[in-house]
Amino acid sequence: MNPSLITTTEAVDRVFLYIFGISVILLLAITAVMVWFVIKYHRTRQPQPQPSPRYNLWLETAWTVIPTLIVLSMFWYGWQGYTTLRDVPENALDVRVTGRKWVWSFTYPNGRTSDILVVPVGRPIRLDITSEDVLHSFFIPAFRIKRDAVPGMHTFEWFVASEPGTYDAFCAEYCGVGHAKMITTVAAKPDQDFEEWYEQEPSGEADGHEEGRQLLASHGCTGCHSLDGAKMVGPTLLGIFGREVTVTTNGVERSLTVDREYLERSILRPRVDLVKGYPPVMPPNAGLSPEDLEEIVEYLQELR
Amino acid sequence: MTQPTTANAASRGFLTEGGKYPGLLGWIFSTDHKRIGLLYMYSVLAFFLVGVTLGVIIRLELIAPGETIVSAQTYNALFTVHGVIMIFLFIIPGFPAIFGNLFLPIHIGANDVAFPRLNLFSWWLYMAAAALILISLFTGGGPPDTGWTFYVPFSAQTTTNVPLAAFGAFVLGFSSILTGINFVTTVHRLRAPGVYWGRLTLFVWSLYATAWVQILATPMLAITLVLLILERLLGAGLFDPGSGGDPIMFQHLFWIYSHPAVYIMVLPAMGIVSDIIPVFARKPVFGYWAIAFSSIGIASAGSLVWGHHMFVSGMSDMAILVFSLLTFIVAIPSAVKVFNWVATLYKGSISLDPPMLFALTFIFLFSIGGLTGLILGSAATDVHVHDTNFVVGHFHYVMFGGTGFAFFGAMHYWFPKIYGRMYHKKVATLAWGIMFTGFNILYFSMMILGLRGMPRRYYDYLPEYTDLNRVATVGSWILVAGLLLMFVNLIRGARHGAEAGGNPWGGLTLEWTLPSPPPAENFATIPVVDHGPYDYDRVSPPHE
Ligand code: HEM
Ligand SMILES: [Cu+2]
Repeated sequence: MNPSLITTTEAVDRVFLYIFGISVILLLAITAVMVWFVIKYHRTRQPQPQPSPRYNLWLETAWTVIPTLIVLSMFWYGWQGYTTLRDVPENALDVRVTGRKWVWSFTYPNGRTSDILVVPVGRPIRLDITSEDVLHSFFIPAFRIKRDAVPGMHTFEWFVASEPGTYDAFCAEYCGVGHAKMITTVAAKPDQDFEEWYEQEPSGEADGHEEGRQLLASHGCTGCHSLDGAKMVGPTLLGIFGREVTVTTNGVERSLTVDREYLERSILRPRVDLVKGYPPVMPPNAGLSPEDLEEIVEYLQELR
Repeated sequence: MTQPTTANAASRGFLTEGGKYPGLLGWIFSTDHKRIGLLYMYSVLAFFLVGVTLGVIIRLELIAPGETIVSAQTYNALFTVHGVIMIFLFIIPGFPAIFGNLFLPIHIGANDVAFPRLNLFSWWLYMAAAALILISLFTGGGPPDTGWTFYVPFSAQTTTNVPLAAFGAFVLGFSSILTGINFVTTVHRLRAPGVYWGRLTLFVWSLYATAWVQILATPMLAITLVLLILERLLGAGLFDPGSGGDPIMFQHLFWIYSHPAVYIMVLPAMGIVSDIIPVFARKPVFGYWAIAFSSIGIASAGSLVWGHHMFVSGMSDMAILVFSLLTFIVAIPSAVKVFNWVATLYKGSISLDPPMLFALTFIFLFSIGGLTGLILGSAATDVHVHDTNFVVGHFHYVMFGGTGFAFFGAMHYWFPKIYGRMYHKKVATLAWGIMFTGFNILYFSMMILGLRGMPRRYYDYLPEYTDLNRVATVGSWILVAGLLLMFVNLIRGARHGAEAGGNPWGGLTLEWTLPSPPPAENFATIPVVDHGPYDYDRVSPPHE
């Protein structure tokens, strides 16, 4: 890594240190004086107040001007740190980040897509962020960066991982029932490992089920539906085909047996039949390609 | 100067006399500012207790990672309703509507506010709005789950009952505007002879500044909520990028009101702290004009800083530069107030009665809230802590540690005046100690969690955040134990406490010249005031 490069973490932590440092001193000073006065002038010691001025121009000026200088320095320092967050280094690798309820997906310049963010150590990464539905916010605490994902708009942030390892990435802008599950991983790999991963074909067709499972993950389905029978936000998908369910359609309750047609309708337009006992929160998947839909339905038929 | 007396045992001042109708009707149709103040007090405190209960349930869910007691959807409704109740039904109306109504007219030597019937109407609006919000929880698609900020596009898409809740907040806005108009007029028109502007209590100054914010900023909220309702019901597309709208514009509109609203919440608290400290230090307040003008300064400069809620929203860097700078500027008048309060203690004769304990605690907790606010105002650091538990800790320090504790201070300060009786002081001090401990355990932990990266509005979290979440949850139990003790003590005091006398604290402001509780008609003859509210160096307090 270019040794003169200031990482986002360094740039922000300096400002934290500066503001927290001064704040702690100020807080201790104010509290100490307050406690000292309360003890010294307690009514048991001072039955009567002593005369003292009601106003002092010098004091008022001093405690207006000095805090002004302090906060202006904080402002400037904070702004300097922020400009580091906005100045993307030249050789940055561009990765597109797309948020949708409730998954992140990453697209690399060569078209490779992934649902975790794999990056080479030491190379600055520029994230180009957008959303397909509501607001989200891509937040990596370890690198002190966060930026909202706004539908119809592209925002950006950058970072560089100086050590190999894995880091958490969260959705920080509230986006509904799966918000707390909209978590992914940043995996920083040494150059060679990264190159290897980068050139590899995404899906391994191991048992023929892999693709269906990946589609469910990358479309965010598994954020709410388990594949192992566990109850989450939505009903489990394990053994869904042929299951008897009670749904509300246009306000009328009815029972039905899950078939292909029901599965397709529920995936594309989930608000048509609402399954009893679950909140009506599933987002529609209008953008799903017919091939992917087919693949998912095939997979669900066999998931038991 | 009239001599205060204890109202005779049969008549308990405005509490028993003066209603046009008997019983409850004499209260809910009363135009007496004191009765309206108490109506507000009971209704606001009821909602506060509901809000606290929801807060405790939220904390209970967070006691361990994973789903513990409520589902994700329920959790989202819980923090939304907790936030809406605490902001719109407790803290915004709290000070002006309760203590402003009870004591603003008396502080300026008036017998009522300028428009008593409008005042009663404000309370009815408040109750109607509260009813709408409550109805929204149980009808339509269920309780709103948007967070109290109602951000689009989520709020335009969710199936929960957002329009009704938003309409409730809209109606509340009118209640707030009417109270503001009433207070501004009252302060301008009804001051008794001798109460010139330099003799207003700092509490009245702060209410006056607040009233202007209520009048000028609240219409923004009304417009924003109407646009949101149109967006939902008619699909207006104002905030939908697919139809040429802009979701970020909603955030501007929302915060143009909701940031100044923070000052509606905190200014009157600063006002009452400025009034309590001189009484218990037996000293004229230090820097009267500095404190009075810093209220005006906060109210006006505070209207220009809303963008600091949006540093990561995608707003332009130029806007971030300006909003960050202005945010740091608003910190200055608050600091000036703190220094003047501390200086007031100098060479005083200080007693640590419960109101004073709460007032000094306000200074400490508000300072923590304000100093952590500097982290949020600075662009670089805000990027990291924005929308994390750090923010949640920070604003509870400001609103609960600051305004909330000042509110409890005001309750303990004016309690003997309102009910003519005194609560148990030792128990009150104990309750204070328990609350203070619980409060810091709870919210300090949350701030650290945020610094370590835990986002807010998460019902579930990664295992590395378990320890501090558990500590915070235990803190919430301690806090609530203190709160309950405080309320029980106050309720007992109101019924069985010893007679308090007209002026138990030795205050110099006009309410202490009246019997406790004050008569329905405050002043038999409008007083002529010949000294300032804090002239401890010139006159001695009217004594029992
Ligand atoms: C015992 C008392 C209280 C407890 C235990 C409590 C607890 C909490 C917790 C844990 C959250 C965060 C929820 C999350 O982000 O997942 C929260 C949010 C909030 N609290 Fe409190 N709180 C209490 C009192 C108050 C008071 C007195 C106020 C206002 C004066 C207040 C205003 C808010 C607001 C505005 C939110 C944000 C809601 C949102 O994100 O939309 N709380 N509270
Ligand atoms: Cu999200």
